[in-house]
Amino acid sequence: MKHLSEYRDPGLAMGLLADIHRTITRPWVVMEICGGQTYAIMRYGLDQLLPPEIELVHGPGCPVCVTSLELVDKALALASKPGVIFTSYGDMLRVPGSGRDLFSIRASSADVRVVYSPLDAVQIARQNPDKQVVFFAIGFETTAPANAMSVLSAHSLGLENYSVLVSHVRVPPAMHAILSSPRNRVQGFLAAGHVCTVMGYWEYEPIARQYKVPVVVTGFEPLDLLQGIQKTIHLLEEGRATVENAYPRLVTREGNRAAQNVINKIFIECDQKWRGIGLIPGSGWRLRSEYAHFDAEKRFSIDQVKPEESPECIAGQILQGIIKPHDCPGFGIQCTPEHPLGATMVSSEGACAAYYRYSRKTLVPTDQVGSG
Amino acid sequence: MSDHAIPEIEGAVCPLPLVHSEHVLLGHGSGGKMTQDLIARLFLPQFDNPALRAGDDSAVVESINGARFAISTDSHVVWPLFFPGGDIGRLAVCGTVNDIAMMGAQPLYLTAGFILEEGLELSLLKRVVASMQVAAAEAGVDIVAGDTKVVQRGKGDGLYINTSGVGLLNPDIHIGGQYARPGDKIILSGPIGDHGIAVLAARGELGFETGLQSDIAPLNHLVAAMLKVSHNIHAMRDPTRGGLATALNEIARQSEVNILIYETAIPVRPAVGAACELLGFDPLYIANEGKLVAIVAPEDAGCVLTAMRNSEYGLEAVIIGEVCPSPSGRVLMRTALGSTRIIDTLAGEMLPRIC
Repeated sequence: MKHLSEYRDPGLAMGLLADIHRTITRPWVVMEICGGQTYAIMRYGLDQLLPPEIELVHGPGCPVCVTSLELVDKALALASKPGVIFTSYGDMLRVPGSGRDLFSIRASSADVRVVYSPLDAVQIARQNPDKQVVFFAIGFETTAPANAMSVLSAHSLGLENYSVLVSHVRVPPAMHAILSSPRNRVQGFLAAGHVCTVMGYWEYEPIARQYKVPVVVTGFEPLDLLQGIQKTIHLLEEGRATVENAYPRLVTREGNRAAQNVINKIFIECDQKWRGIGLIPGSGWRLRSEYAHFDAEKRFSIDQVKPEESPECIAGQILQGIIKPHDCPGFGIQCTPEHPLGATMVSSEGACAAYYRYSRKTLVPTDQVGSG
Repeated sequence: MSDHAIPEIEGAVCPLPLVHSEHVLLGHGSGGKMTQDLIARLFLPQFDNPALRAGDDSAVVESINGARFAISTDSHVVWPLFFPGGDIGRLAVCGTVNDIAMMGAQPLYLTAGFILEEGLELSLLKRVVASMQVAAAEAGVDIVAGDTKVVQRGKGDGLYINTSGVGLLNPDIHIGGQYARPGDKIILSGPIGDHGIAVLAARGELGFETGLQSDIAPLNHLVAAMLKVSHNIHAMRDPTRGGLATALNEIARQSEVNILIYETAIPVRPAVGAACELLGFDPLYIANEGKLVAIVAPEDAGCVLTAMRNSEYGLEAVIIGEVCPSPSGRVLMRTALGSTRIIDTLAGEMLPRIC
């Protein structure tokens, strides 16, 4: 696979690891913002190869993990309505609402469909003029342009049977929330490469200055991650709190202007509730009033949902980097990917699921698995 | 835990755990943990007997005079009915033939049950049946009994096929998931994931074309060639639904050993690798219909590998790992970078990642 295998080269990885081992002189806590990064770190076992002084903690960047329970319950209510085709990214189907998930709603005859792109949902709306098609428009800055495009496309097609249930979240306000918490332990950030592909990284410069933390824009392949970690450790050791770009093949300081324009045309900033964390001011996007008729919450009457959360899951603390998945007493016992207690165990980008699948901490010591 | 107070921002929140579903979900048919759970909780308590409890690809039973047979059944609901490299008919024959062959038995006779939807074109049915006969002739089995049912239009997906089969098992052969031993080598007959990705692409839902062919094939001649050179084949599986990862997990659990595989040794065609990257799938969990994985005593690994490579459906066979002494029943993978990670059983349905 051209353009992928180059970024997994073991020889180059060893070179970066050697430099990290040489450079580090004391313990550092580094947060990888994005669940995709957590997944790759666990999948490639990078944590096993790094010096013990580096503690990687997992950030809130798992879109299905932070989508509020209230919204999941609203999605379940909408999907259950007769005449509705409910479309969603696949990950969202197993996220538990207050007692049910989209999978079980589908099993009891609701029309729930997985789409790879919201534009596919628009296509479904065109093909089914007698049905109402709702798309669950969730995610960070990465999914926002495509979600916005779907609204723009439906608008220009004059589609009256397409609407979106919007729950968008943004990274910079979440970083403010994490860094201003008195319990914060994070000393450096690996910023999410794909978010920065869309938004650029200028937004992180004031954060780095205000909280005196280095931020390094980082990709998702093993070499990208190791390079991001290497730069972060160099900045930390040198006492420099600046923003650097370790993902220049995709990211520029300004980001993708065309994508930002589409986002700004359709969405406007709003306060947002994050599952497991709470309300973060200015951390979300909602539809602008000009496009409010595409808002599924306005188009349909949804009975008042009463989300019920249980205190058993500590996903909120995991999403803030306060504790690690294997510190949870339910981890791997009551809470598994088949029976998740929290969304962090559901998505392949959820920190708990990544730990469960690839490491589980109780991983058999490598000396028991043969000489290799 | 006690060191960590609830964060100031709001406090830890979590949904209530989902109770065991009261309905059948698609994940119950994934071949992964949900399927195993359904068998353990619902089927096994009712039907419990030693042959079923063994949990292998086919059941081994003895007749009164001491002859041993392997029996298996398999239903096929694949859609579309025709796809690059095969069709539901070839799949139905090879599926049961392979399940019997995985016990080291020689498949002899099959039965076929057809559930037809009202309105199905007879010419299409004829093509499927002809394809079944081609596959049966290739495997050297006869389809000796059958059944036909028709359901109303809208109550089926055109055509479902069930096949059952019986094979003769030499008294000296003892192959099963529980016989893997520390030191054994793991041999895979060829690249993984071709079938699953070819079918997915044939559905036209990927938005791209792959040019991949399904690997559907009867593997009994390959198995016969392996048995000719070794009496030390301990376990075999054809990694169908749930993929190689799930097949190896079943063996690790049944034998109470660890299985270590090497990422760099596992063959994956570039098209399968690329499709999996795009969709967020792992080839280790993608279905195969013409591959087998064998657990072989180390002293025989070389001759078995050679025999496989001399057989039509084993040309690309490779050693991908070994069995390690540990009762934990886990599958581990040494990555290309030298780290080690767990390879778990597939949980339910595979979900495409969001971004």
